[in-house]
Order: sequence, then C-alpha cells, then structure tokens
Amino acid sequence: MPPMTLKTRIIPCLDVKDGRVVKGVKFLDLVDAGDPVEAAKAYDAAGADELCFLDITASHEDRGILFDVVTRTAEACFMPLTVGGGVRKVEDIRALLLAGADKVSINTAAVTNRHFVKEAAEKFGDQCIVVAIDAKQVEPGRWEIFTHGGRNATGLEAVAFAREVVSLGAGELLVTSMDKDGTKSGYDLGLTRAIADAVSVPVIASGGVGDLDDLVAGVSEGHASAVLAASIFHFGTYSIGQAKTHMAQAGLRMRLD
Amino acid sequence: MSQSVAIIDYGSGNLHSAAKSFERAAQESGIASTIRVTSDTAVVRAADRIVLPGVGAFADCRRGLDAVSGMVETLEEVVRRQGRPFLGICVGMQLLASRGLEYTITQGLGWIPGDVALIEPTDADLKIPHMGWNTLERQRDHALLDGIETGPQGLHAYFVHSYALKAERPQDVLAVTDHGGPVTAMVAHGNVAGTQFHPEKSQRLGLKLIANFLGWKP
Repeated sequence: MPPMTLKTRIIPCLDVKDGRVVKGVKFLDLVDAGDPVEAAKAYDAAGADELCFLDITASHEDRGILFDVVTRTAEACFMPLTVGGGVRKVEDIRALLLAGADKVSINTAAVTNRHFVKEAAEKFGDQCIVVAIDAKQVEPGRWEIFTHGGRNATGLEAVAFAREVVSLGAGELLVTSMDKDGTKSGYDLGLTRAIADAVSVPVIASGGVGDLDDLVAGVSEGHASAVLAASIFHFGTYSIGQAKTHMAQAGLRMRLD
Repeated sequence: MSQSVAIIDYGSGNLHSAAKSFERAAQESGIASTIRVTSDTAVVRAADRIVLPGVGAFADCRRGLDAVSGMVETLEEVVRRQGRPFLGICVGMQLLASRGLEYTITQGLGWIPGDVALIEPTDADLKIPHMGWNTLERQRDHALLDGIETGPQGLHAYFVHSYALKAERPQDVLAVTDHGGPVTAMVAHGNVAGTQFHPEKSQRLGLKLIANFLGWKP
C-alpha cells in the first residue's frame, strides 16, 4: 500500500432546534451551553476536523434563526461546516452556503426527488452536496432507507440507493443506522462497509457510538473516511483529543496538530 | 498605514467567512489591513493585494468571473502588468491554468500553464473527492510557506476537490499533497500564487499562510 497522508476525520454533530443546541453541550464550561456558536468554538479549539449542524426546527418560518447561527459560526470558526435538516430546494442550499456552510446535507428530499441531488450538484458542485442516508436492517445483509427519523419505510435498498445518489452527484454520504442510533453499542459496521465499499466517494459513519473503539471500528471495519458522533463528545465522556489519540494508537492516520 | 485587500465576489459562495479569516490573520500578525469583498473593478484596481476565491465547478466559476463586467481585464492589468500580489483559492487557483477539463473544456486565465484534470489515484480504493485534512510536501522555499511546518509530520490543510492543476512548468509548483500520487497543493509564479486547499478553513496552517500572503513582497 502506498503511504497515505489524508487523515480520518472526526465530526461532532450538534442537533439544533430554534437556534439552540438540543440537550446542551456539557464537555466544557461554556458560558452558554445551549448556544451552537459557543459549542462550535469549543470544538474548533479542541481540534475537531469538521462540524455538523443538524437543524430539527419544526416550522419553516423559524429557519431564519438557523441562518444566523451558521453565519455567526462561520465568522468565528475557520473550519469546515456541514449543515443539514429540512433542505428541500435549491434555494435552501443557496441560503445555507451564503450563510457560511461549506457542505449541505440532503436527507428526505433525496429520497422523494432524486433529481434534486443532480440539480444541486450541478449548481453548487459535487463537493458540497452530502446525502444523508438513514437505514434499518430488514434482513441479514439487507438495509432499507427510512425517513422521518426512522418512522417511514420506503422499501428502497440502501446500497443501491447510495450508488444512485453518487451517480447523480453526491460528493459524500452520511450513513446513519436507525437501529443503532442512540444505543451506544457501536456503528452498524455491516451497513457502513456495504455502502463504503460500493461507492467512490467518502462515507461518514454515524449512529450508535458508545466508546472510542467504536470510532476505530467505523474506519477499520466499516471502511468509513470519517466518523460522526454526538453524545460521547457533548456530555464530556471523551474529548476530541482523547478520541484522536486513541484512533492514532490503533494505527489510523489522524490530524494531531 | 493600512493596506487594502480585495476579495473578488463573483457569485461563488460565501465570502464573508473568508473575509473574517483574513481579518483575523491580519490582526494576529499585526499587519494592518482593510479587507473588502467586492465585485467592483475600481476597488480591485485600488487594492494592494487581490484574492480570487472559488467554489464549485470550473466552467461555472469561469462563467461567473466573465459575468462581472471588466473584471478579467482588470486582473490582467493590475496583477499581470502591475505585479500586485495575488492569491487564488481552490477553484480561484484552478482558474489560473490554461484549461479546465471538468465536464467540458473551459479556457482558464492561462497565468500558470497547465490543465485542471480529474485526480486519478494509483490506488483505486482511494476516494474522490479528495476530502479532508492532508499534509504538504514543499517543492521549494517560498515566503508564503514561511513558518509553516511541512512534510508528513507537518501541519494540515483542508482540501475538498476532485480536479487538480497539472502545471506544465515544474517550478510553478510550490507544494504538493499526496492522494495516490502527488497532487498540486500550491502554485506560485512571480506575484501570482494559489492554493488548492482552503486556507480560510485550515485553522492554524491557514491563518499563518494568509498572514504570510498579507506580508508577501514578491
């Protein structure tokens, strides 16, 4: 194998509702643990490789608050930022990119309207279009796409769907196991690997991290290019630095500067 | 006296955070600078330093730049003929090439002869886009790299791209990174420089490089 210098990315993900971090971030003595910008600054200082905001604001009218959060984050943190949640139209993407997001994540809209992925990639470039895939295992070796937080079945087979959205221009896939999300029992490595091995673009593993070995497994066994986690970082179970050191000791290439 | 820096706005993404990173670098390095995001050729003409950012596809960016009346001519005048320090970022750097081969063949500015072509890693398992943090291999010393540790143990830069500039003149390549073979990371020729990575997203390395640019006397 040739020497490789591209590093595995660690991506903390913040759920944001009405401009506030859901449940707060407790790992540092933040002045306001519910302020996404404060949390983003702390993760920036801690050496996170990227940040992800997932907007779970229910009403469309309140989206303006999110743009303000993204703008203030981009002004304070000189690191890559992905924003997802409720992205349905080209105008939604444009507004988020203009606010300062580097990448935009599309979820339900990619399922209901495949053409949207192509339209978005042609307009803004593959590199800023992430498709978020929420999947559940339906039988051994078969996963299907679910929407609306895992409530709505679509019958779509996840690996075929992943291949399709990549062919339409998705530059990265955020693969979340709805079986594992919130369980702290580790990523669904079978799902992650099945998709990562099937596509040419980077895959971010998501859903289920309980400890640092889960992060390692996401890459070494799941073949992911990046690992996403929320609660283990937000609640201070582990720091970004501890995660990086642990992954480096396991032989993964990490950015430690 | 404060120098002026023009970041050219031609409809390619968010420049507010880029401007903020230049302001931060200016402040941290003590180089008094006024940063202007502008599509006004008069502002570019009056600027001491010029930055051309760029996000998206090569052809789209070229179209956007051409759509700003008189901008290409202004750049030819103040950068090429008057020698004003210039930095292209990402597609803004790729536009310096002779041609872009993304989707279709598009003419570049031709300041750094070469083509912008798809990255073809020797290892087929490597992912495209080349996305994330990677180190730099310095090809020669340059003021823009002053104080920046390069090599496998050096600082990291943030890349996100599928196409890369293949320069005809090896001496134009200031630094490469590795993604299944060398990939152009920085170019420089006279007063014209460019980075494939995003210094405005590259934390420590990025702010240092921007500060170097603000003090650069080519």
